[in-house]
Amino acid sequence: MAILTPIQKQPLSFTLPVVAAAGAFAGIFVGAAQGSTLLGILIGAAIVAALGYVALQVLGDDQERMARWAYVALFAVAGFFFGGLPGVVVGAIFGWFFGWFTYWIGLGRYRAKLVPYLTPGQVLWHYAFRVICGAIFVFLITPIIVVMPLSFNAEDFFTFTPEMLRFDPEGYSLKHYRDFFTNDDWQQALWNSVRIAPAATILSVGFGTLAAIGLSQPHVPFRRAIMAILISPMIVPLIISAAGMYFFYSRIGLQGTYMGVVLAHAVLGIPFVIITVTATLVGFDRSLTRAAANMGADPVTTFFRVQMPLIMPGVISGALFAFITSFDEVVVVLFVGSAGQKTLPWQMFTGLREQISPTILAVATILVFISIALLTTVELLRRRSERLRGLSPG
Amino acid sequence: MSDATQDGPVLAADGTPLKRSLARALRMQKLRALALIAPLLLFVLLTFIAPIADMLFRSVENQIVSATMPATVRELSDWDGTTGNPPGEEVFKALYFDLFLAAEAKEHTKLGTRLNYEKTGVSSLFRSSGRKLDDLGKDYQKAFKKIDKQLDEGEFWYTMMTGSGPASDALVTARKARFGDMTDESTKADIGFAPSQAITDLLPLTALAYTDFAVFTAIADGDTVAEEDPWEAVYVALAEDLATADVAAYTGPGADVLQAAQAGLDTIPVTSYTAFFEDIDKDWLDPEVWETVKMYSPKYTNGYFLNAVDLQKSPDGIEPRPENQQIYMKLFKRTMFMSLVITGSCILLGYPVAWILANLPMRTANLLMILVLLPFWTSLLVRTSAWKVMLQQQGVINDVLVWLGLVADDARLVMINNQFGTIVAMTHILLPFMILPLYSVMQTIPPTYLRAAKSLGATNWTAFWRVYFPQSVPGIGAGSILVFILSIGYYITPEIVGGTTGTFISNRIAYHISSSLNWGLAAALGTILLGVVLLLYYVYDKIVGIDNVKLG
Repeated sequence: MAILTPIQKQPLSFTLPVVAAAGAFAGIFVGAAQGSTLLGILIGAAIVAALGYVALQVLGDDQERMARWAYVALFAVAGFFFGGLPGVVVGAIFGWFFGWFTYWIGLGRYRAKLVPYLTPGQVLWHYAFRVICGAIFVFLITPIIVVMPLSFNAEDFFTFTPEMLRFDPEGYSLKHYRDFFTNDDWQQALWNSVRIAPAATILSVGFGTLAAIGLSQPHVPFRRAIMAILISPMIVPLIISAAGMYFFYSRIGLQGTYMGVVLAHAVLGIPFVIITVTATLVGFDRSLTRAAANMGADPVTTFFRVQMPLIMPGVISGALFAFITSFDEVVVVLFVGSAGQKTLPWQMFTGLREQISPTILAVATILVFISIALLTTVELLRRRSERLRGLSPG
Repeated sequence: MSDATQDGPVLAADGTPLKRSLARALRMQKLRALALIAPLLLFVLLTFIAPIADMLFRSVENQIVSATMPATVRELSDWDGTTGNPPGEEVFKALYFDLFLAAEAKEHTKLGTRLNYEKTGVSSLFRSSGRKLDDLGKDYQKAFKKIDKQLDEGEFWYTMMTGSGPASDALVTARKARFGDMTDESTKADIGFAPSQAITDLLPLTALAYTDFAVFTAIADGDTVAEEDPWEAVYVALAEDLATADVAAYTGPGADVLQAAQAGLDTIPVTSYTAFFEDIDKDWLDPEVWETVKMYSPKYTNGYFLNAVDLQKSPDGIEPRPENQQIYMKLFKRTMFMSLVITGSCILLGYPVAWILANLPMRTANLLMILVLLPFWTSLLVRTSAWKVMLQQQGVINDVLVWLGLVADDARLVMINNQFGTIVAMTHILLPFMILPLYSVMQTIPPTYLRAAKSLGATNWTAFWRVYFPQSVPGIGAGSILVFILSIGYYITPEIVGGTTGTFISNRIAYHISSSLNWGLAAALGTILLGVVLLLYYVYDKIVGIDNVKLG
């Protein structure tokens, strides 16, 4: 909908206190770092308010571009005096923010995308809510972002060294990646993971797809009960599955064998295959199979030539889910496997519990990129599936 | 359609009644569906449901006492523990022979460990006794050797015990079964020995002890019975038997030696079994030890479950454990409490995010969705290690706080290895499981409802609370149950960031499986946890429906 909120320059009596409050907030941190929080608040408020006055009143609206560059430059220089090279970066970011914020408030741009009848309180809440959501998103993504630069640490520390903060090339190195690719323990673990996950995936996809097709037939006796059993590996806590499998597999001699781990991982992946494939089959147009049969195709041909290509995206996403389940799984393999089946997550787990080595962070970074690749694939497949099903009538 | 006017049932094309034909088609369809499902169902039953059932079974199974000491348990059934006296000589006699075989098979330490869960000190009692059992028989053996050298030779014993006349296969079968019960070994193999019926009648205890020896030698050691010297316990049994046996009437091989032995019986240093065990360890006369053995002698027990809820059995019935041993209820409560806190913080953090995702334009929402899905797809260990990196005392958060001056360098916050660390890390890990169901519910709520409410004069808050929120409750329900189920069974994250105060019941289960080896207790704790989860699973199924679980 078109929004016809008029944008007008706000009076200085409104603008200056608002930007001063923002400056005071930033001043808390700078002040605390320098020793006096109160002084920081006062100076922060005064500086930002003064700059705001200069920018909006003295320079005027048509000088905006230049004024905002001036903000960045000023704060970067100030940052340099407080904290050296990292200070410049932080200062420049602050400068960019205050420049943008001053004009955003001062020229009333914050109203542009909102409906005209909102009260000031509602406008404040609207933006406060967005800031809260932004903070939650930051909470969600920060841990994953933080491990990446740390994995290039030249020291064996789990935190940023002063060299890293100065952007000194000395502070960075690929040694943890080198360790990962040359250390026998890690390579053995990687090899085990690569050997176990695909085998488990093939088992769960094979059985799972067949069963999902069976479950989506119109008349299935005990459908609910069967579904409950097939989904249960996802619901039962892993420690209980692990305990049960450990007891039972040691009875029948599967404990500590490759086969045992593959079977255990396959059964853990099954719910994901069932869920994704049945979801694809829900939108499947049955008249297509009838049409195929009508034209003389036998059930096997119908399955491979008509049904399979249409449900393929679901099958592949199910397979990816099953793969990642096995590839990331640690509790069950810890109990069902023996030292010969040590997988990558297991090695990470022992690494985290016993000898803390930043190689874990290098592995973590690699795994994050694998997840991004998988996530992208699943998303593309989902879109393709929707498009394919969109073609079929009904 | 010309048939329509005909009398009788409507017929299908092949002449069968239409009703039956349809029923057959339906049956075929059902069978085909089941045939497609059957392989997977079988697979899941074998590799998943059977292990769970095995665990449930283990939580009540208690064969070990009666399998390791069957005769002792039998004798003990007449003993009354409330008198405060130790059991009589018969019990100690049975104990000697039971324990001797168990010690040879190295099963007595397992039994000791098992009983030690119920009464501390029993493990060392069994262990030290197992080492000293030979001493009693050694004296007997020396004395018998003095009477006749042949009594020290394995081959002679074999001939004497094999005897002549019909063999007592029943005894061999019974002792094989008893050995198999104790060791779980296959006892199908032929042991190459069977005592004659005559000698079994004459020297019952000796025949029993020698058959035990023969079974063990042939099956466990894989040796030939005739070539091995009998155990010390056989001599003890012989002395016991000779005291009452009518040897004069016996004519089988070795009858003369037996007669000589009986004549020289007064040279044998007979000690009572009770005194012998008292000599090994005074604790054997402690009625409480025997009370424990008697209490845990049935094949099935509720002892593990009682233990799992901080109760114990006593002669006076079920009573609470001493204060300092009550840990499991505390752990269950802590697990519940922390799961609730985690679920609560997931709702608190997930609700605004789901709301904004559902109300932003599609393109922006899809972009922001990546920020939710990326953690969802990232390995659990990656996220846990990231939190370890962030939260530790020399970690990123503390460093930033110190740099900002909010925290002094020597007063860094302790955010890891406690409940706080577990809650933060697990909230982060489980948050996508809350956001995704919430988002899918909120997407279906038309935004016009809110506008309608406002145009009717509702304030922002009223419109949200009276119109929007009630419609989003199913999403909260689905997400909460999912997060709660997942969090009460969590193991990895509490193990790494939980320290001692932030651990869950699952960490205790893992500890009992891999460190303390108290599998029964682990199974009982697991069963209780499983019960809670299944209950929630059922509720989830009722509210959301298993079929409606969505991923990504």
